[in-house]
Amino acid sequence: MAQAIAFYFLAACILGFAVLVISTKDTVHSVLFLVLDFLFVAALYVLMRAEFLAVIQVLVYAGGIVVLYLFVVMLVNLKRPPEAHQDPHRLSRTGLFLAAAVLLELGFIAFAGGDSGAAPVAASSASPFCAAMTGNTEQVGCLLYTSYLIPFEIASMLLLVAMIGAIVLAKREL
Amino acid sequence: MITPTHYMLLSAALFMIGVIGVVVRRNIIIIFMSIELILNAVNINLIAFSNQLHNATGQVFAVFVIAVAAAEAAVGLGIILAFYRNKETINIDEMNLMRS
Repeated sequence: MAQAIAFYFLAACILGFAVLVISTKDTVHSVLFLVLDFLFVAALYVLMRAEFLAVIQVLVYAGGIVVLYLFVVMLVNLKRPPEAHQDPHRLSRTGLFLAAAVLLELGFIAFAGGDSGAAPVAASSASPFCAAMTGNTEQVGCLLYTSYLIPFEIASMLLLVAMIGAIVLAKREL
Repeated sequence: MITPTHYMLLSAALFMIGVIGVVVRRNIIIIFMSIELILNAVNINLIAFSNQLHNATGQVFAVFVIAVAAAEAAVGLGIILAFYRNKETINIDEMNLMRS
């Protein structure tokens, strides 16, 4: 029961702040709502017993990425509102209508589709060695450094390339 | 009782809000933030199934998604800054350099 109350509260906050992110006129306010949204998503991760991911979400998203966004919003000093010029060929309303239709469809499937069953699934693990670990962080770390070592290295390489690319792009002249 | 269906519905709703943001807004910074919302929806889905199946692999994939999101944000914001320096705009309707 307490879990259900927590879920509905967090879900309402996540969706409400997400709507505010895309509907606010002021970009700085939008970034601040994005921080709140990320923090509530982190709380949802805690509810799903993914404590390590929750900490990563707060550190990387709310701490790192959003600061990057704020810097860019401050750096681009807008002399005129970005929404001023409208392309007449742009089909914003059609896109909004289609997205809302998909959302309604999903809601209909959820309520009319009956219970797909919360059948308890037996514990299944890719690696029995890591499943024996106690604690969320230990399990994630064990999988990351045994079964998924090569993807982990590729991700680190991707971050290095992205870092160099961002520096090259943002530099005034080479 | 909260089933994975609830988490999937939340994830789908967050995803569609992100898609609406990408489609409707013209400010490219807000479009990038909508993409972050979409990636968060994906993460919620991954972790919900990881929790349901008692298998930490989904959380490992969520870590990779976060790494890719960080890389995407860094490069994308670099592109925005470079474009703004040349064209003095962040309105995507005016970003038509490559249109024939």
